[in-house]
Amino acid sequence: MKYEATIGLETHIMQKTASKMFCACEYEYGAAPNTHVCPVCLGYPGALPMMNEKAIELCCKAGLLLDCEINSHSKWDRKNYFYPDMAKNYQITQADEPLCLGGHLEVDVNGELKTFTLERIHQEENAAKNTHVAGASLVDYNRAGTALMEIVSNPCMHSSEDALAYLASLKQIMEYGEISDCNPEKGQIRSDVNVSVRPVGQKELGSKVEIKNMNSFAFIQQAIEYEIDRQTSLLESGGAIVQETRGFDSDRGETFSQRTKENAHDYRYFPEPDLMPVKISTEQVELWRSELPELPVQRRTRYVNELGLPEYDAGVLTADKATSDWFERAMQHTKNAKAASNFVMGEMMRLLSEQDFSISESKVTPEKLAEIIALIDAKTISTGAGKQVFEIIFNEGGEPKKIVEEKGMTQVSDDSALESWADDAIAANPRPVEEYKAGNTASINFLMGQVMKASRGKANPGAVMQVLKKKLDAFC
Amino acid sequence: MDDLHKLTITELSEKLAAGGCTSVGIVKDVLAVIDANDGKVGAYLTVDRDSALEQARAADVARAAGVTSPLLGIPIAIKDLLNVKGQPCTCSSKILEGYIAPYDATVIAKLREVGAVLLGRVNMDEFAMGSSTENSALGKTHNPWNLGHVPGGSSGGSAACVVADEAIASLGSDTGGSIRQPAAFCGCVGVKPTYGRVSRYGLTAFASSLDQIGPLTKTVKDSAILLETLCGHDKLDSSSIEMDVPTFSENLTSDTSLVGMKLGLPKEYFVKGMDSEVEKAVRDAVEHCKSLGAEIIDVSLPHSKYAIAVYYIIATAEASANLARFDGIRYGLRIDGKDPLELYKKTRAAGFGSEVKRRIILGTYVLSSGYYDAYYKRAQKVRTLIRNDFTEVFKQCDAILAPVTPTPAYKLGEKTNDPLEMYLDDILTTPTNLAGNCALSLPCGFSSGGLPIGLQIIGDSFDEQTILKVGHAYEQTTKWHKQKPEL
Repeated sequence: MKYEATIGLETHIMQKTASKMFCACEYEYGAAPNTHVCPVCLGYPGALPMMNEKAIELCCKAGLLLDCEINSHSKWDRKNYFYPDMAKNYQITQADEPLCLGGHLEVDVNGELKTFTLERIHQEENAAKNTHVAGASLVDYNRAGTALMEIVSNPCMHSSEDALAYLASLKQIMEYGEISDCNPEKGQIRSDVNVSVRPVGQKELGSKVEIKNMNSFAFIQQAIEYEIDRQTSLLESGGAIVQETRGFDSDRGETFSQRTKENAHDYRYFPEPDLMPVKISTEQVELWRSELPELPVQRRTRYVNELGLPEYDAGVLTADKATSDWFERAMQHTKNAKAASNFVMGEMMRLLSEQDFSISESKVTPEKLAEIIALIDAKTISTGAGKQVFEIIFNEGGEPKKIVEEKGMTQVSDDSALESWADDAIAANPRPVEEYKAGNTASINFLMGQVMKASRGKANPGAVMQVLKKKLDAFC
Repeated sequence: MDDLHKLTITELSEKLAAGGCTSVGIVKDVLAVIDANDGKVGAYLTVDRDSALEQARAADVARAAGVTSPLLGIPIAIKDLLNVKGQPCTCSSKILEGYIAPYDATVIAKLREVGAVLLGRVNMDEFAMGSSTENSALGKTHNPWNLGHVPGGSSGGSAACVVADEAIASLGSDTGGSIRQPAAFCGCVGVKPTYGRVSRYGLTAFASSLDQIGPLTKTVKDSAILLETLCGHDKLDSSSIEMDVPTFSENLTSDTSLVGMKLGLPKEYFVKGMDSEVEKAVRDAVEHCKSLGAEIIDVSLPHSKYAIAVYYIIATAEASANLARFDGIRYGLRIDGKDPLELYKKTRAAGFGSEVKRRIILGTYVLSSGYYDAYYKRAQKVRTLIRNDFTEVFKQCDAILAPVTPTPAYKLGEKTNDPLEMYLDDILTTPTNLAGNCALSLPCGFSSGGLPIGLQIIGDSFDEQTILKVGHAYEQTTKWHKQKPEL
């Protein structure tokens, strides 16, 4: 019998808000423990939550970017469970009336375009960070109460490739939409993965196994693959899958049982009496929609259609938002899209790969690249000299024009100088001249190289070619 | 003693303005009464002597500099569930042992702003769960009229201290009658404002959708003065309403006519088994209002009979979550265990009293999977019906007259073994909390045993002014509020 897997993801994304979900504390990754806390996020007696409107906006914008329906009326609920990572011992979340419903993503999985549908997106608050040391557990409440949204997919994926492509696309859209930085190392994107396996042809899904709280995409892939194998072999050997929650042991690359259905939590959800329901008007939704940034797919199309870039260039440039934004800024200062694209994909990516900083921190700014391109286009410097200038600025900084002047990189287009170098080259190299005359026009390239050498690279190659042609053709 | 402690906010504020006394003088006088009587009454958990005198001195300086406010320099006692920065806030529970509040509740900040003197913290039923203050883990409070009787609860300390002249006024909180019932038992005025009128920020929550902070005072006008300060929108409490607050006290004049006023008498509120003296006193009060010109009409609140059942589902459900934070991790009592779960169990087992545990268990049960629809959800639906009853009735009348409690204050220990019987005493007060509207309690007589009886005036949502007006007219034309217990 053949088996197929069904996968659904619950992805938690920390939003880019200045303050926490229900209090005015800011969040700063890596800050000294318990320095960004107040009576609200510490769950002190009498403290009450206060809704962060920016978080609501970001959650709804995320929903709009994913084609969700924005609920005009949604509400808050308490999810009750005792654990030291939750100061109040209940989490404020949204149970049955989330901010966003439905939605979908179109994702390229190994060349095949697939549509993955969403169930919902809801807003909630983050938990604190627990650290276990010998003989004690430490709690850092800095992260407690930060804005966290949960994007729940339908069980619509069937392989680890599907899941990874879905996650990569989700991450890219959230970054583009400025909803979140989605840095997995900072815990800004974490997923619970639901995996079930059933015989091909069976209608009902198999028993669901949930693998909790993974931030690394590589671990998610390993966990899914391990779990599909485990469940398939269990079914093949006549066993049954137990509905349960499992953890992932990254050292061993295996999942392990944490809690079975019988021991599942009863979260005793009920409406949060301390917060009013959220009401969102159609006008508000339309305003947010009008503020949505361009998504990578849209940008890619525009680069091809309006800037005339090849598909390949458009794909590379938009893969990462920071790179694409940098390119966008360069395009505000130059019209030569292909030259800018070549520099970004070539020099910039090559040089960045040897460094550990991002494109936005590069000493070559979009404005400086535009200046370099302008110098090349005006034939002041050669393309090769332009690349040198780029590298100098990348390493040491500086102004393109100044560098060109200081290093004497200006191209020579002056006819008298060119003619004298051309005369010298023709006189010193009778054989190529003869060959040219005999009809081997490629020999002109050798003479050209000689002129360039004599000019120490400063001669304008186009002008040299013209002068040489004129002189050689005169002999014929 | 200067007898300043016997005066009202209104009287003291006039005397202070005229230079007839100082705030320091008032505070010293009240402190002397506390020294003399609180050993018997047991209203206070802590008296902030030094701080109170310091605040009084500051108030006197401010007054000399031209600052005026009816509450400037007036000593007020605070129910022990309101956070006051730098002070303990035990909620009369062992579980908050050692907790020092790091912030001021919004109402406390408002009192500080107008220069009121925070005198100390008064006893209550643990986490406001109870009707006799006998559920306090920290001490017993006695009814000043008869020390063998309960002061009511949960704001028992707040009522007893005002009646015993151990404070000029106090703050309490009312979730199911916790201001009105002790006010009735002890013989003072108590107001439960409309839900959303007063910010709950800094009030340790019992049941978030029902809790309201309110004043306990010697007169209706004093309550009006305190309410003006306490009410108002607070961005820290999203359930507080953005709405103008009338200057309630200025609208209370010497005109005691109730001509043009329609007062409803709900037949369901004269319950079976009600003490005949209570019924008589209330019916006499109704007649009295009629004599002041009010038109009395019969009204019906048919769903109020479900209020106790609904209340003990909704309040305990909310409480089960609200009290989850008391876990020994960040503050208060901690009894260590080998893992967090054992720490929680040991801490909560030792820290909570039996009534609190009973309600947490009840609330946990009604929210449990499989029971939610039958209990919590159904209770919310009935709550809507109770609210609709009031909406209908307020189309017919301006305010409702009713008893506060079925009996006068009972003996200490009389009902402690029968929690259900004690719950049933809340029958006349809980409907208002469930509906969200406002109500006040004021003295309308005494039992043959010398215990006070209260009259409840229930108003429409955000219409505190009307119930204050009716109460003020009644009070100005009767003498019950002038009687003092002998201690």
